[in-house]
Amino acid sequence: MSMFEGFRFRRVSSVIHRLDPRVKFFFVCVLFVTAILFSKLTPLILLFFVPLPFVLVAGVQREWIRSMRGALFFAVVIFLFNFVFTYFYTQYPQFPSASLLERSLAMTLRFLVLVESFSVFFLTTSPDHLGLALEQSHVPYEFCFAFTTAVRFVPVLADEAQTIMDAQKARGLELERGNFLKRVRNYIPILIPLIVGAIRRSLELAEAMESRAWGASEKRTNLYVLKLKNTDYLLAFGSVLMLIFAVYVWLYVPVPSLITLLRL
Amino acid sequence: MIEVKDLYFTYPTGVEALKGITLTIDDGEFLAIMGQNGAGKTTLVKHFNGLLKSTKGEVVVDGVSTREVSVAQLARKVGFVFQNPDHQLFCETVEEEVAFALRNFGFEENAIKKRVDWALNLLDVTQYRQTSPFMLSGGERKRVALASVLAWDPQVVILDEPTIGQDHQQKEKLRQFIVQLNAQKKTVVVVTHDVEFVAECNPRVVLMSGGKIVAEGLAEEILTNQKLVAQASIVPPQITQIFLGLPDLGLPTNVIDVHEARRILLDLLEGAS
Amino acid sequence: MANETLAVIKTRDLTYTYPGATKASIIDVSITIEKGEFVVLTGPSGCGKTTLCRCFNGLIPLFYGGKLEGEVVVAGRKVADHPIYELARHVGLVFQNPENQLFALSVEKDVAFGLENLAVSRDEMRKRVDWALQTTGIEELSERPPHELSGGQQQRVAIACVLAMQPEVMILDEPTSFLDPVGAQKIFEVMNELNKKLGMTIILVEHRLDLASKYANHVIVMDEGKVVLDGEPRGVFNSEKARLIGVGVPKATRLYQILRESGIHLDRVPVTSEEATSLLREVLKHD
Repeated sequence: MSMFEGFRFRRVSSVIHRLDPRVKFFFVCVLFVTAILFSKLTPLILLFFVPLPFVLVAGVQREWIRSMRGALFFAVVIFLFNFVFTYFYTQYPQFPSASLLERSLAMTLRFLVLVESFSVFFLTTSPDHLGLALEQSHVPYEFCFAFTTAVRFVPVLADEAQTIMDAQKARGLELERGNFLKRVRNYIPILIPLIVGAIRRSLELAEAMESRAWGASEKRTNLYVLKLKNTDYLLAFGSVLMLIFAVYVWLYVPVPSLITLLRL
Repeated sequence: MIEVKDLYFTYPTGVEALKGITLTIDDGEFLAIMGQNGAGKTTLVKHFNGLLKSTKGEVVVDGVSTREVSVAQLARKVGFVFQNPDHQLFCETVEEEVAFALRNFGFEENAIKKRVDWALNLLDVTQYRQTSPFMLSGGERKRVALASVLAWDPQVVILDEPTIGQDHQQKEKLRQFIVQLNAQKKTVVVVTHDVEFVAECNPRVVLMSGGKIVAEGLAEEILTNQKLVAQASIVPPQITQIFLGLPDLGLPTNVIDVHEARRILLDLLEGAS
Repeated sequence: MANETLAVIKTRDLTYTYPGATKASIIDVSITIEKGEFVVLTGPSGCGKTTLCRCFNGLIPLFYGGKLEGEVVVAGRKVADHPIYELARHVGLVFQNPENQLFALSVEKDVAFGLENLAVSRDEMRKRVDWALQTTGIEELSERPPHELSGGQQQRVAIACVLAMQPEVMILDEPTSFLDPVGAQKIFEVMNELNKKLGMTIILVEHRLDLASKYANHVIVMDEGKVVLDGEPRGVFNSEKARLIGVGVPKATRLYQILRESGIHLDRVPVTSEEATSLLREVLKHD
């Protein structure tokens, strides 16, 4: 169950991990807005490099590369889509121009920048830190609780799924054999115990929650509190500057295309 | 029947769970594999039906290496009853549940019907034939799970922690059931840390700790050896503890059964008078 | 007999039927539990002990619905008249499965859960969390996620979670079921600490009486919804009724019984191996 590996959050701590998730989220939003603002390739290339120092300082290069690799498939799809449709719509039957190529690449890169920013956010924010940020951002406690509890039980459910598969294999269930339809049906003996187990588990959790005074107070207190540090203010300030700069450039500075730059 | 030859096993996460296990289990034996949680007991028995394949070393079941056959093929000979019956139950009726494995193994309808009848009767759950397994109590679900494994009449039956959450009478019934299985020449392997249960059954015991076998022998030898017991982090049966407190009075120290204890005490008192 | 003013739990003719059930799960249960007792509640599967526990903290009738008759008073409060979160301050309940009681991503956040619900101030919360972790001996685990812990460690966390709310009574429903003997032993030691050092009333539901007998001073046996035995351990374990119901009495007591059948009489009824050893020593020395 390697897809769940990402949820077994490694207790890595770096400056980036310790940043307030709310500030990090603001930074990601600024990246997001900036990426939307520009359709030219040059600024997007620059933007792509902006989160990279964060990745390196946080030490999450391997995971970052893995998530970018995952996005590559969609990136290719977006590029082809964009290129082919725009070509047939505007330039056919002439030979496709360099500017068309540049524009399609820009669209693709925009997608990659978005994936990159959110990926960096999630790779450098532990689920409990995120849950705490949600709580302090006045998201209703029920949602925060549902979020952290779901994350907490992902490895448990993964283990349970494995045990159920073992138990059914031990009764002769063969998951690899048969045509597509048969294979799908073979997963019923796995899914049903998993679902029934999840329902039973929820009942036990609810009992435990009630027994520990769930719902006792209108306003819950919290063991932890997120306090903004100097590094947080620095990032927030930097993000605002970046936003102002981006808007200024977008409004007043004509951005040269990459081709023009390369010719110089 | 089952031969384990210098078995090493490391999980994909890098944890080395088994460090050189060598063991032979003969046909018709009753074996208890004991040790604390994490000693490697369940990891070991999962090799017997091929759910896990060795990293190094070999496991041979009935002359065939487990690496050469699929789990389904091995399961035909080695039945595995998991600790939690809820990990298996998924059918609409108990009857379908018990027939599930039989269908997987390709039995024909006539044979399936006969075997289902037999298994339901054996575990005393015939009255629940058309009931949904989810409606039954915990103990009843355990019996249905056991029936579904026995239905295909495997030569070896592995029970993983069968006494958890069971009351005294249920454990007694289980003990008698195992005796019955043995009488039918079936090999029974029980993974457990329930010392009192093992003391009452008196099987051959394999004691594990830290992925290795630290001792092998009769229950009365292993469970009464204070050093071994401490090494494997289990506690001796209460009867043994009582006798261990009286070494100066010349009492034997390998007592695990309460009736044996009485016999010894009577002999001692009669001898003295 | 039992002093009214010392009673921390008192039930009178308590009868409860789960919604949709045809039979009552507990019938006419009238028991008194005094402050500071270590009670062992036992009986065959399905006898109603788990149901009874849930009557003490309000899960029955408020969470489960159903029909509750009779009266149950806990820490001076009639259970039916108070919401569960109010009763949680006085009665804590630790369940059988350690995994399904821990919801947070770190141990100390879980221990603080109840206090957060009760809107305890952060400073007070910090103090109580640290104290609960220390009392259960798991301070070094405070920042670990629950999934990394062993069953025994998880169960100690669950106890700390309940302990932090400082209830007068702690009920533990077969807490050692999934644990190996070493893990189980640690839990018993924690329960004993809470009982002897903090004066907390402990109600333990347990099948394995040989492990629990060392600590109990009050044993209640149920069968088919009714309380059939209620008294101090020696009397209960030695009774004919216990044998008939099929309760797994400690082997020490069983040895006493079969020796008596053969004409060997020990001075007292032993419930632990140490007691049996010293009693046997007396008998054997005499000869």
